[in-house]
Amino acid sequence: MSRLSVADVEVGTELPERVFPVTRADLVRYAGASGDFNPIHWNERVATEVGLPGVIAHGMFTMALASRVVTDWAGDPGALVEYHVRFGRPVLVPDDGVGGEVTVRGRVAALLDGDRARVDLTVTSHGDKVLSLARAIVALA
Amino acid sequence: MALDQELVGRSYPPSAVYEVGRGKIAEFASAIGADDPVHRDADAARAAGYADVIAPPTFAIVLTLEAANVVLEDPQVSLDYSRVVHGEQRFTHHRPIRAGDRLVATTTIEAVRSVAGNDMLTTRVDVATEGGEAVCSATSMLVARGLS
Repeated sequence: MSRLSVADVEVGTELPERVFPVTRADLVRYAGASGDFNPIHWNERVATEVGLPGVIAHGMFTMALASRVVTDWAGDPGALVEYHVRFGRPVLVPDDGVGGEVTVRGRVAALLDGDRARVDLTVTSHGDKVLSLARAIVALA
Repeated sequence: MALDQELVGRSYPPSAVYEVGRGKIAEFASAIGADDPVHRDADAARAAGYADVIAPPTFAIVLTLEAANVVLEDPQVSLDYSRVVHGEQRFTHHRPIRAGDRLVATTTIEAVRSVAGNDMLTTRVDVATEGGEAVCSATSMLVARGLS
């Protein structure tokens, strides 16, 4: 892939929407890869003891899934130079053979100096907003 | 318990060197489903202009989560860790992390505040090469929910 050109982007450009299924196995794999072994991300008993409805995804896992929408669109994972999210509602990941889901939409909100664009992301799970103020600055070619 | 404003600006000694391996980058990329060859194939990475395979944009958390623990271990930081949730996260990249990097992480307390009984602690972890080249910064806001 090669990096998207600033000539192909304007304010209002929509990024392709993606729906990511999330299973318990995904959370276990992410725990191992990231080193975040907080049991609320894999142990139902601990999750409910601390008042959660059940096992939830790592916020950082949701943040990573959302980043893929931006980097796949930009054509280069190195294009994402700044990335911010606020964590809102958790992504529930039931152990029911189906799991949870994260839906990511993005839109170019501004063109910045230096061939950069700001992408605002809308990240939901079953219609609930799970990230807010989710913004990525992308360096374009 | 409210956090002391005097903590703002406090910086901790740099972490031990973290050497970035190709295998760890590939493992992290697989865990988040990122299938771009620049995460696994050094030739593809070079074709894209990188010296070696590059890490996905949130990979820095592998180092910075650990590095920021120095704050929670600081006896002057009275944060009830059992009530802590991750409130916000920001990454600023000067360049992508790549295999072969030897990185050190330096943690600074950027802000503390209390809102509606919740304590909020913002830490910034600056990641640089052993030689001093700035690579990225990770800013995390933690919220300790007050007993309501």
